[in-house]
Amino acid sequence: MDPARLEQHSPHEWHIPPTGHMRVPAILYASEDLILGMDDKVYEQLVNVTTLPGIVKAAYAMPDAHWGYGFPIGGVAAFDAEAGGVVSAGGVGFDISCGVRALTTGLTRTDIEACKRRLADTLFTRIPAGLGSTGVLRLNTHDMDDMLKAGARWAVSRGYGEMADLERTEEHGQMRGADPEAVSSQAKQRQRDEMGTLGSGNHYLEVQVVRELYAADAATVYGLHLDDVVVSIHCGARGLGHQIGTDYLKLMAVAASDFGIHLPDRELACAPLKSTLGQDYLGAMRAGTNCALANRQILTHLTREAFAAVMPKADLRVLYDVSHNTCKEETHVIDGTPRRLFVHRKGATRAFGPGHADLPAEFAQVGQPVLIGGSMGTCSYVLAGMRTSEPQSFASACHGAGRAMSRHAATRQWNGRQVVDELAARGILIRCVSQRGIAEEAPGAYKDVSVVVDAAESAGLARKIARLEPLICIKG
Amino acid sequence: MTTPTSITTPGNTPLPHPGMRPHVPSWEHFPHQADIGVRGYGHCPAEAFNQAALAMIAVITDPRSIQPHETLTIECRAPDLELLLVDWLNALIYEIATRHVLFCAFDVHINGHHLHATAWGEAIDPMRHQPAVEVKGATFTELHVQAIEPDRWLAQCVVDV
Repeated sequence: MDPARLEQHSPHEWHIPPTGHMRVPAILYASEDLILGMDDKVYEQLVNVTTLPGIVKAAYAMPDAHWGYGFPIGGVAAFDAEAGGVVSAGGVGFDISCGVRALTTGLTRTDIEACKRRLADTLFTRIPAGLGSTGVLRLNTHDMDDMLKAGARWAVSRGYGEMADLERTEEHGQMRGADPEAVSSQAKQRQRDEMGTLGSGNHYLEVQVVRELYAADAATVYGLHLDDVVVSIHCGARGLGHQIGTDYLKLMAVAASDFGIHLPDRELACAPLKSTLGQDYLGAMRAGTNCALANRQILTHLTREAFAAVMPKADLRVLYDVSHNTCKEETHVIDGTPRRLFVHRKGATRAFGPGHADLPAEFAQVGQPVLIGGSMGTCSYVLAGMRTSEPQSFASACHGAGRAMSRHAATRQWNGRQVVDELAARGILIRCVSQRGIAEEAPGAYKDVSVVVDAAESAGLARKIARLEPLICIKG
Repeated sequence: MTTPTSITTPGNTPLPHPGMRPHVPSWEHFPHQADIGVRGYGHCPAEAFNQAALAMIAVITDPRSIQPHETLTIECRAPDLELLLVDWLNALIYEIATRHVLFCAFDVHINGHHLHATAWGEAIDPMRHQPAVEVKGATFTELHVQAIEPDRWLAQCVVDV
């Protein structure tokens, strides 16, 4: 994207003033280099979002923004039901409540090194990953509806984890307002044997080591120390979420004209919040969120079992669980007035600053952990929400690196064996069923996550707390 | 059944270059920054849909590695041809996800906005098929079904992986 198309307001803030059908401005948070690397489609998609009814303040792009579907990935937009606002299935996407859960382990790198290979093999055996893999659970109709209503809380009640896990999970592990009746039978069928599975593509389970700390206050509160071993789990609502996205994208795209909504791109499919379809989608999407929370909870349990089999002294505790494909009803102060808004974050992470009422008490002083996934073989980050992100982006920050090249380009440049060998030489063990899948996810196919995180910090969205490097990566 | 014809072009434009005369029937992928586009060409919409489905299977694995051991019938209905393409691909994604199968060949018939198809394939064998990704859904992004010449149809969209 040519920076000359934008109004620069600071080194990391760029505006597109409203013209034509735009109801509000578009604002991008990024360095000039990141802007230069962004596809022009990000500009086009962000402008399209600003035309949707009831949008409040601005449409935002995070530093990792890239070409998505309807919304750019790394896009944030909030809508007010009282102002005719909409909820957009395209603004949440297929991978409902995809997110990252980080676990501390009570282990150091030295503890891990001697049995790293065994741990990698044990995790790969116990964590179902990749197309066609199935979980240990088979949910009947009654169990499915209970899971969709209660999320991670349901999983804990079935013995998959501990109550303490829920306090470190967004929404305390249970998204309120879920409506299993609004979820199609096809979506439920698709999830029947997929509970506790990782998925594929950019989803992963990584064992990581804390290589650098930037802020002692928050690191201590988060339980992070240099050389600590951490586990990160990146996945979402699996087949149920994908099917909810498929079902409602079509329903909303077909109904848009009945609602008098002009869609500049059918993928922006949306419905008024104050409509039956809008409310049905909210109920289904919240059920999908619960499915994602339950899924990461079960994966946490399986990870604990794998560690216990190899390293009995391990003590895996949830650091935090935060989603980055969501629409959530939140209160934000607009021009001095608190308003209830439906904040869409598509490839963007909620980043509440210190003192926010929805934070667990122990995070009140330092802000919410913001978990930034890297790509296979590159580093990940733990950030902390800042008060400045509230007025700047409805308390949102980036979610990851974003691809720098297409999957095809990656497979032309690398093969899976070569990637595995190169990473092994750096002490990183990869376990994945598909060599082509490894090539498509090669570290070089992604942007430098450090540059993205630096831009997020400079823009005041979230501050750096710790940098994590991978030791083991289980790929879907 | 048509014979799968694999061509892959790395172009930067979602639609083929004007004047390009693709072999018919055939399929190809086109780039999307995060995901991948699937495109089929045929003498009629049904043939283009058939090829687009093969292109989608090729996102997951090499269609030539799949044996036609099982048969499945699929029906879709949609308000227009473009939504019908999305429905068709999503119907296949659903069958792949719930039956744990992969498909290698299709026989597609379209009457107005109603599709009737037979799909041939087999159960997923992770070691043999080496599935690179799971396709989550067919999207409306870069969605086009159109005649590019009187007897040449194109059917394409981006799929989320």
